[in-house]
Amino acid sequence: MSRWTSLVGTAVLGLSVLPAVASAQERIQDTTERKQALKVWGAQFEEFEYRYSDDDEELGVWSGDFFYGTDELKGRWLTKGEYSIEEQAYEKLENQLVAQTPVSDFFDAKAGLRFDTPEGPDRTYAVLGITGLAPHWFEIDANLYVSKDGDTSAELDAEYELLLSNHWILAAALDASVAFSEDREIGVGKGLVSTETGIRLSYDLIDRSFSPYVGVVHERKYGDTADFAKAEGGNVEDWFAVVGARLSF
Amino acid sequence: MRANLPVMALGLLLPVMGLAGEYNLTVDKVEIDTGNFEKAGIGYNGKSPGPVLRFKEGEEVEINVTNNLDEMTSIHWHGLILPFSQDGVPGISFPGIQPGETFTYKFPVVQAGTYWFHSHSGFQEPDGAYGAIVIEPEGREPFRYNREYVIQLTDKHPHSGNRIMRNLKMMPDYYNREQQTVGEFFSDVSKNGFMNTMSDRLAWGDMRMMKADVEDLQGFTALINGKGPEQNWTGIFEPGERIRLRFINSSAMTYFDVRIPGLNMTVVQADGNNVQPVNVDEFRIGVAETYDVIVRPRDEQAYTIFAESMGRSGYARATLAPEEGMTAPVPGLREPARLTMADMGGMHGMDHSDMSGMDQSNVEGMDHSSMAGMDHGSMVMSEGGASDPFYAQGSGLVPTAANGGKFLSYADLKAQKPLYDEREPTREIELRLTGNMERYTWSINGVKYEDADPIRLQYGERVRFKFVNETMMTHPMHLHGMWSIVDVGADQWNPVKHTVSVQPGTTVYMETEVDAPGQWAFHCHLSYHAAAGMFRKVIVEGGPETKQAAAEGAISEEGGDV
Ligand SMILES: [Cu+2]
Repeated sequence: MSRWTSLVGTAVLGLSVLPAVASAQERIQDTTERKQALKVWGAQFEEFEYRYSDDDEELGVWSGDFFYGTDELKGRWLTKGEYSIEEQAYEKLENQLVAQTPVSDFFDAKAGLRFDTPEGPDRTYAVLGITGLAPHWFEIDANLYVSKDGDTSAELDAEYELLLSNHWILAAALDASVAFSEDREIGVGKGLVSTETGIRLSYDLIDRSFSPYVGVVHERKYGDTADFAKAEGGNVEDWFAVVGARLSF
Repeated sequence: MRANLPVMALGLLLPVMGLAGEYNLTVDKVEIDTGNFEKAGIGYNGKSPGPVLRFKEGEEVEINVTNNLDEMTSIHWHGLILPFSQDGVPGISFPGIQPGETFTYKFPVVQAGTYWFHSHSGFQEPDGAYGAIVIEPEGREPFRYNREYVIQLTDKHPHSGNRIMRNLKMMPDYYNREQQTVGEFFSDVSKNGFMNTMSDRLAWGDMRMMKADVEDLQGFTALINGKGPEQNWTGIFEPGERIRLRFINSSAMTYFDVRIPGLNMTVVQADGNNVQPVNVDEFRIGVAETYDVIVRPRDEQAYTIFAESMGRSGYARATLAPEEGMTAPVPGLREPARLTMADMGGMHGMDHSDMSGMDQSNVEGMDHSSMAGMDHGSMVMSEGGASDPFYAQGSGLVPTAANGGKFLSYADLKAQKPLYDEREPTREIELRLTGNMERYTWSINGVKYEDADPIRLQYGERVRFKFVNETMMTHPMHLHGMWSIVDVGADQWNPVKHTVSVQPGTTVYMETEVDAPGQWAFHCHLSYHAAAGMFRKVIVEGGPETKQAAAEGAISEEGGDV
């Protein structure tokens, strides 16, 4: 065919004939970015909010994480806190540093350390957990903690998003924690410790990076943990109205 | 209009023999105004899209590319058959063009038709680094036209390519605003009943897949020749003229369904190669593909060129009119497409990929287009009405023409003149297109580019590639340096392309005459799929020493000092 012959013709005639050395294919190694594992970072605040309880308690609360890494290995810093506005104190201040790697199509395993440094006694834990997407779009984050003193506990977070529209999202979240041993000093009893259930209605105002929301959160303590709280004059159950924003950048 | 117009005009005046053209391109930071937003981007000769380069078949071209960016760049001549060292893929063909450097591409133009060029570095192409190439044939065109326009489509997004990639990695549905909502659940309930809707939702939820995963990237403004729908690029005609429209899809991620309400289009070329003319009312243009169509408006009125994205999240619009300023009505977007279980292919229970593979090998040699009428309904849960042999039967992506007329299928494309002698393939290479939407990883045979060995071909082979799409997305697969002959069941009349779209749940075959030594890129042309790993290096071993040597010489001379 004409193109074919002209291709050969031009290649043979039009270009200079040099002696062939080692085969051309060995000459270039692809060392571009494209041939490296893609490194990405991201930062998200699932919760960044103001809470107002049914007994006039006011809290600033956040739950966020920052990650950097590849598909195969990510480093992740998770941070969670509750700041009491009246008392000007951190009721809860948790930071985790974990390494995360895929273990199945939809789940990652993670391992690392958790540092609790609220007002009051500190704790350091080893963390082992999984995070990912369960069937039917439940986002799951389950962790096992072992404190320096050997106290073990577990935490399960589950979240589900219902799309009222492509911008109005109703998110339901459940956090539950269980202790396998008592840690009296920080008010934790053996068994089911506490749950936090929240429903938040958000609107994606700027892409998915700024989504203000309003919602309701219910916190409850159980069993010995509830008794410890009562003994110290604290609440066993709280209802909060919340206003805040989901952030990602 | 073009900085190098005099040079090109001179090129056209030169006699055919010994034709040589010199062209200059600068790679620049530019401002892009879509009419909806302005953004910083990358362009050629100070604008995006860059100039239309006009070559003549048989010409020896020299293109001086000066990099005015502060990062490495490259230009790939999409669809051109040339020595591999001139192909412009950093790390595969050459080392790339460093900031401040001028690299001279030099190659013979051995083909005619509509092509395009773009950066092959980072996300410069989504950021605006592309332009069109029009090559006039040595002989006469097998069709007549009075005037021609390049219609270069793209999807311009307010975010930079880097940011988009990062967001997709963080949240794969970051840019998807056509997801199923509570409202759609209730409307489905009233249409299909509660139990059916529930079991449908449960089936998809169980797979953790979304029926709405048609377009990864929404929120773009679609442009034609750099103009947004409001800016309305206009091409002038005189009634009765035949106009050749050279459609090029330079999008990063977007397939378009193109129509010109009121006009019938005659497709005469696909990916730069002449095809037996086929009259259509609408056609789908994959990312990186080109289609040349001829239209003949007889009335003194304006016509809208309407290119609706496959996922119906946006559209490009331009106008053909007897005079500037005239407009025609702009159609509305159709309902967003929804994937069906058929698009899941062999992933989950229903082994559709096996089935379509079987079908195709059985019908080899027979007229493939007749398959459209064949009933596979009993084998696959058929949900859709329309059919096309290049879509899974019952696929939610099967396009239909807005006016109920003819929608172009690959099966309609027949080469005008075979480029190669028909012969049996020497071997078959199976390439499964794979990925994980939730992780936003894309791969071939489950392996990402970073972990993959090159595909080794032998010079002189005729290789049959078998693409099995195991994902729920359409992938436009592009092999550099050699032609891709799509098996539409037309034997020697199978169309010759450079980019082959493989629909979800389907198996597509293409054959390649391995006639170009060196190393080449082979990848999905969706920018973020390629970057996430759906990419391979192809090494063609052996071949005439002269050609190899020539290729090498070019490397050491032009690129070796970088
Ligand atoms: Cu792809």
